[in-house]
Amino acid sequence: MLVQLASMRDAYAEVLLELGEEDPRVVVLGADTSVSIKTSLFGDRYPERFFNVGIAEANMMGIAAGLALAGKIPFVTTYAAFVPGKCLDQIRNAIAYPNLNVKIVSSHGGLTVGPDGASHQTIEDVAAMRAIPRMHIIVPADAPSTKSLVAQACRTLGPFYIRLSRPSVPTIYSASKDVEVGKAKILKEGSDIGIIACGIMVNEAMEAAEALSKMGVSAEIVDSHTVKPLDSETIIRVAKKTGALVTAEEQNIIGGLGGAVVETVTDSYPVPVSRIGVRDTFGESGEHKELMIKYGLTSKEITRAAKHLVDSR
Amino acid sequence: MEEQSIPIGMLLQKAAKIRAHILEMVAEAKSGHPGGSLSAVEILVSLFFYKMRHDPKRPDWPDRDRFVLSKGHAAPVLFSTLAEAGYLPTSELKTLRKINSRLQGHPDHRVPGVEFPGGSLGIGLSAAIGMALAGKVDKKDYRVYALLGDGELDEGETWEAAMAAPKFKLDNLTAIVDRNGIQQDGLTEQIMPMEPVGYKWKAFNWHVLEVDGFDFRQVIDALEKAENMRNRPTVIIAHTVKGKGVSFMEWDPAYHGKAPDKDTVRKLVKTMLEE
Ligand SMILES: Cc1ncc(C[n+]2csc(CCOP(=O)(O)OP(=O)(O)O)c2C)c(N)n1
Ligand SMILES: [Mg+2]
Repeated sequence: MLVQLASMRDAYAEVLLELGEEDPRVVVLGADTSVSIKTSLFGDRYPERFFNVGIAEANMMGIAAGLALAGKIPFVTTYAAFVPGKCLDQIRNAIAYPNLNVKIVSSHGGLTVGPDGASHQTIEDVAAMRAIPRMHIIVPADAPSTKSLVAQACRTLGPFYIRLSRPSVPTIYSASKDVEVGKAKILKEGSDIGIIACGIMVNEAMEAAEALSKMGVSAEIVDSHTVKPLDSETIIRVAKKTGALVTAEEQNIIGGLGGAVVETVTDSYPVPVSRIGVRDTFGESGEHKELMIKYGLTSKEITRAAKHLVDSR
Repeated sequence: MEEQSIPIGMLLQKAAKIRAHILEMVAEAKSGHPGGSLSAVEILVSLFFYKMRHDPKRPDWPDRDRFVLSKGHAAPVLFSTLAEAGYLPTSELKTLRKINSRLQGHPDHRVPGVEFPGGSLGIGLSAAIGMALAGKVDKKDYRVYALLGDGELDEGETWEAAMAAPKFKLDNLTAIVDRNGIQQDGLTEQIMPMEPVGYKWKAFNWHVLEVDGFDFRQVIDALEKAENMRNRPTVIIAHTVKGKGVSFMEWDPAYHGKAPDKDTVRKLVKTMLEE
């Protein structure tokens, strides 16, 4: 089978141009990383609506708050290592608290940023943002769903955090498979185990489903791109149907999608949950595939965890 | 006076070797930041091979002078300087950015001689202030040096630190700004104008010196003046060129974070070491 790879930041840069055309309120802010993330393309097309504030993430976030207060729809973009890290206070107090219409889109999230090493590998951003009231959190799985989810975020009032990864990823969504903010997407039906994933781990989950089916295990695969508000209805339905869940995400196993799923099932329908993610450790330099293997972010790990849960029933 | 004893020949040789290491290691890694590494070579050579009191055999010697690379993406210049000084084997440099290597994309404490992990820009000067304050408390005479990028000066924390150091009268602290005029997206004066940069530091009550960052005599003279200054921290604005030593990299923002290929580097290094 031919696997088509596409980059999330290319998709993001593309959809920004469309949104800029459609809505004159859309403005874009960058912090000296806009050539690498390609938001500079928006700046080339709409120079009067693009603001590069230099290497000053906290100031960028505060300026975005002011722009939103004056009726704009600011898209704030830099590396996930520094947003939210450098400006959690501005996100909390200047944006989420007054419920402002700011769209934070961070690129190069997780370990797969690669050779830059641990200082540039964000594993805590989703957990930090989850604990802030009113924040929507989206972690798209591929380029087409990035486009669609970013566009929907633009049209939905309130603060959003959208987290993209650096490597080009296999395309999962075609035009026929639609994706909706707040609705987890069942990508494959199954009955023995539910695998809830987000971001680049959705593709790993799909591969795990194939491996599991060869072992006679039928896995249901869910793309939970919206980590907050979590689609708890779908999660509970899958828990009831399969009786056990595996979560998979490219971040710390503490406080992210895995945490959200565990909290949800514990509250209303407790089932065993195995969490795949970075096991509360800093990353290191390396190529993204090497890092995924070393830090357990693979279809193999998902398969093993799923098989273990099914066998221990 | 001092000038007579500056071993310019040795310093020039070290600089040439370190430039060669930088190019070879980023070419081998196929990624990394050559531009801002090459612009800072003479600054690090002046510190590690002339000015600083340090001992590669005792990286945790309590009385050592400290060097904080706040612009941590210039890790290649720090690692190759530390290797030339004897903190690690030069043969290890080719493992830069590879999995399971100590030599990370940005410096951290795995490598002896690294004082601070400076990958997130803007945090190094504050840490240097902490080290300098501790030196005052303990009545030690070690000095602390921090190297900052000119783009890095955009960060608010830099200026919070800039306010604090004169308040605490940290004459044991010297900040050095690598004024190469380029940050990641382009020229500093287009992305976030920094001029008049010397006046900004003056207004924050620093002792300000400006030098040609490739002239050993000027750099070393400024480091001496900083040491002789009482009750005030010194900042040295070192005028440099990003990508210095490689004609096609000089003044090209693209080489902020792009590695040249191995063949090109082999030729460059050959001519560099012959000269
Ligand atoms: C807080 C933070 N934001 C963004 C980056 C990404 N980044 C790495 S280097 C760089 C430009 C640095 O420019 P400058 O300080 O002038 O360094 P030099 O020219 O000496 O290489 C940027 C934006 C970062 N490392 N840290
Ligand atoms: Mg610079």
